[in-house]
Parts: sequence; C-alpha cells; structure tokens
Amino acid sequence: MAKHPFHDVAIVGVHNTAQARVLEGHDSRTITFEAGLGALADAGLEPRQIDGVVGANGADFVYQTRIGPVWRSVSPLGIPSVLEAAGAIANGLASVVLISAGSAGVYTERQSTAPWTRPSNEFVVSYGMFTAAEFALIARRHMHCYGTKPKALATVAATIRNNGHVNPEAVYYGRGPFSAQDVLDSRMVADPFHLLDCSMTAEGGCALILARADIAQDLATSPVFVLGGNTDHFGPSYQNPPSFDLGGKRRPDLVNGRVGRRAAEDAFRMCGLGPTDVDVCEFYDPFSFEIIRQFEAFGFCPEGEGGAFVMDGTIGPGGRYPVTTDGGLMSFSHGGATVQLLQRVIRGVQQLRGTCATRQVEGAEVAMCSGGGAGALFNDVLLLGTAQP
Amino acid sequence: MTLLEPQRRGIPLPVASVASRPYWDGCNRGELCFQRCRDCYGITHTPGIVCAHCSSRALEWERSSGTGTIYSWSTVWRPQTPEFTVPYAPIIVDVDEGWQILSNLIGCEHDAIEVGHAVAVEFHRLSEEINLPYFRPV
Repeated sequence: MAKHPFHDVAIVGVHNTAQARVLEGHDSRTITFEAGLGALADAGLEPRQIDGVVGANGADFVYQTRIGPVWRSVSPLGIPSVLEAAGAIANGLASVVLISAGSAGVYTERQSTAPWTRPSNEFVVSYGMFTAAEFALIARRHMHCYGTKPKALATVAATIRNNGHVNPEAVYYGRGPFSAQDVLDSRMVADPFHLLDCSMTAEGGCALILARADIAQDLATSPVFVLGGNTDHFGPSYQNPPSFDLGGKRRPDLVNGRVGRRAAEDAFRMCGLGPTDVDVCEFYDPFSFEIIRQFEAFGFCPEGEGGAFVMDGTIGPGGRYPVTTDGGLMSFSHGGATVQLLQRVIRGVQQLRGTCATRQVEGAEVAMCSGGGAGALFNDVLLLGTAQP
Repeated sequence: MTLLEPQRRGIPLPVASVASRPYWDGCNRGELCFQRCRDCYGITHTPGIVCAHCSSRALEWERSSGTGTIYSWSTVWRPQTPEFTVPYAPIIVDVDEGWQILSNLIGCEHDAIEVGHAVAVEFHRLSEEINLPYFRPV
C-alpha cells in the first residue's frame, strides 16, 4: 500500500491568544505575533527552528525574528493553509511551518455590519447583502424543500452557545445557558436567523505549527496527525446569487447546498474512514443552519434529514457527534476575517490531545474540522487523528 | 406589518465592469437583460466571458420577460450599513427563461413572502447611472 501523503507530518503546536469583542492595546500585527509565539511555546520550539510560514503576517514574523530565508505561502488561512503546509513538509520544502492569524482594530464602525461580512460587488451591494442575508437564502431554501424547522436551527445555536457558556476562554463565557426558545425569542437579524443564530464579531489571534514527524517525536506535545482533507469551492464568495441549487434545472449535479461533500469524501478516502469513525465534529458555525447543512453534505445523515439529526442530543455534550465544543464562532470567537477559520482546527487538535478544560470528548481519536459554508460557496474539510496515518 | 419599498438614494451603488456594462445599460432602458449562448442556448448570469454551460464565447444579450417566481428569500432587520432602511427583503428569483437573479422584493408586506410566489421586475432609479431592478408580486 502506498504511503499516506501526510505520513511524515504532525501538528505540534497550537495557540489561541486572548479573544475579546475589543482587544485593547493590540492591532492585527501584534496579536498575530503573540499568537505565533504562543504556538512556539506550546510546541517547545524556538523561532529559529521555523523554516516555513503561512499567512499575510507570516512575512512580518520572519523579518522580526530574522529567521529567513524560509518557505512562505500566502494561502488563505484555515484548512487550506494546513493542507498546504502539510504538503510542503511532505514534499521537503520545509520542515517546521508556522501558520498564524490575527485581527484587531479592524472593525470599529459599529453602525454597519463588520467589513469582512459585506464585500462590495455590483450584483449584491445595492441589495443590502451581507453574510447573514447570504446564508439566510441558503437556509430558507432548505426549510422550504425539506420542512426544516426554526427550532432545529435554534437547537444548534443553543448547543454551541452552551459550549461557549462553560468555556472560560470564550468571549461569551457565562452568557448562558440558552434554550432553543431563547434563540427563537432573540431579535430577528435576517430571517430565518435570529441574533443568537448568528456568529459574533470579535478580535483575537491564533496559530498552529506543523512539523516533520521525526522532529515531532522529540517535542513535548502529543503529535496530532492530518488524516485527510480537501477544499471545495464553487466560485467567489458574495458576488453571485447564493443559490442552494447553483446549476438550476440544467445542471442538477451542481448543488452548492452540498458543497463540502466532495472534500469530505476525499478526506475519508485518504484514510479509509467514514462518518461513523468521527468522535468530535469541530464544524464551522457562521450561522446555525450551516451545522445542519454540513451533517448532510459530509454524509452523517441523508439529505433533508439534518434538521431531525440535530434535535435528539446527538450533537450535544455526551452525544454521538459533539459539535463545535469550544463555543465556535457564535460564542468562543470570530476573531476577524480569517482567524476563526483556523480556530476550528486548533480545537480539533486540543480535543485529540485530551487537553480541553471544558467539553472534552473522552478518548477522542478522530476529529473532523471544517471551514466556510454555502452562503460563501465554499467548504473545506480536515480530518485529524491521534494515530499516524 | 411593514410594506417593503425600494431603498432611498444614498445606498452603495453598483460599479459596472467590462463584462456587465450591457446589463446596466439595459436597466437604464428599463430592460432586464441576460446573456444567451448561440451554441448551446444556455443562459449565463451574472454576466460572464464564456457560457456557464459549454464555455463558448458566443454570448449574446437578450431581453428577459422580467417575470418569475421567488426561489428563496430573507427579511433583513439589521442593515448592512445605516444607509439602508429596514426591513428589506433579499430574494433570489427563478426568472421564467430559466435563470436566477438576486434582488430585493418590494410592494409586499414583510410577513407575506412565500417561495414560489409570482413576481415581476420593476426598476427604480437611484442615480444617473443606476436604474436598479427590484421585483414586485404580481
């Protein structure tokens, strides 16, 4: 059997800086740098041991620490950056790669929605579109086609928010607990999304370090392995009508509402696993409905049955598929335009290390992480494991 | 209940691009236009350089009936920017020729929107350059 493409790669360091609605005394550069230092400390590495960086602020890290020359990528952060760094290590382009992200002081004009939620484009800008409305059009179509109930969406939001409610590191720590009814009673933002169905805006940094497996062996932390993953894109985010059925009647195979399915199938195929092998689901939660959509797209339940799937405790603490266990984008943090994309992966690593102070899934060996969603026309998938593939 | 109306002047406006100029020119004439492929007869929207179905470059502009049905909708209560008056209702319309367009619904109570409802285009001028297509129930 051919060697797994990421056999020789391990995640050895992760770090979240403080997360807050507003981080006093920081800008994006300083908080990203702090995140990188934190991940190095977690791994027990020195800056000079890094020979690859990813991210817009990665170049700044290289210059400040004078560790160059290094391999550098400007990959979009989140799962694509993890896959690219893993590939660079597997291909010998680098041996220890730092992925760092951070954002502070960017969103200051509170009369408008956050700038990253409203990219201006000629076909959306005058219709008042921003992410909540884009994702609402996806959710509404699913509700129409399958009878998915607002209470199912609210159950997702309450579950994830309660994970954040008990997590002292979450921006909205102690804000709950929430019932599904509390979510339904919160004010409407973009029907069917109430305020508590939506992710927050926040500031923060985070970083992750991958290393060649032989280097990982000598480090203090338990290595976590990349079992598989891929990225699914249907086009630019927030420029075209966010249709569930992107291809219409003529291209029934082109279903944006199932974006992520191909990526998930690829991820499972790479390691010979399936949905039933997953112990914890660190899914991206920009809006409550997206969890329902992803359980369908990734093959955990049949199409149209995601609403029922999330209603019976399956996704809660102690359930078969605990979801977004730190509180996610709704309650842990949405630290800017891209920080939260990497934070799903960081939480997956923490679950597999068994180091989560709250909502630890006992004995977790396989974590599935994701990023993006159908309002954005993309969905990335990453499978992590405790066993070397 | 709130009657959905067109936005007032002052909201952010589209800036036409090379490929989309004929679309906005059509709007200024009060015509909703889309691209039709001479080779496969498929429709492309938003405006493209090649056909979305067969990648042919033989795209021609055609005038739409401007009628269709609501495919999906939302009502927004937290505006994108303060220039927008709430509530407003983003919709995707299944246009009768077989394409989809993003717009806002007007002329309807905010709590009376339904998937499948018949709608027709109605233009509202927001600047000298932009005559914005909205849709109204019929």
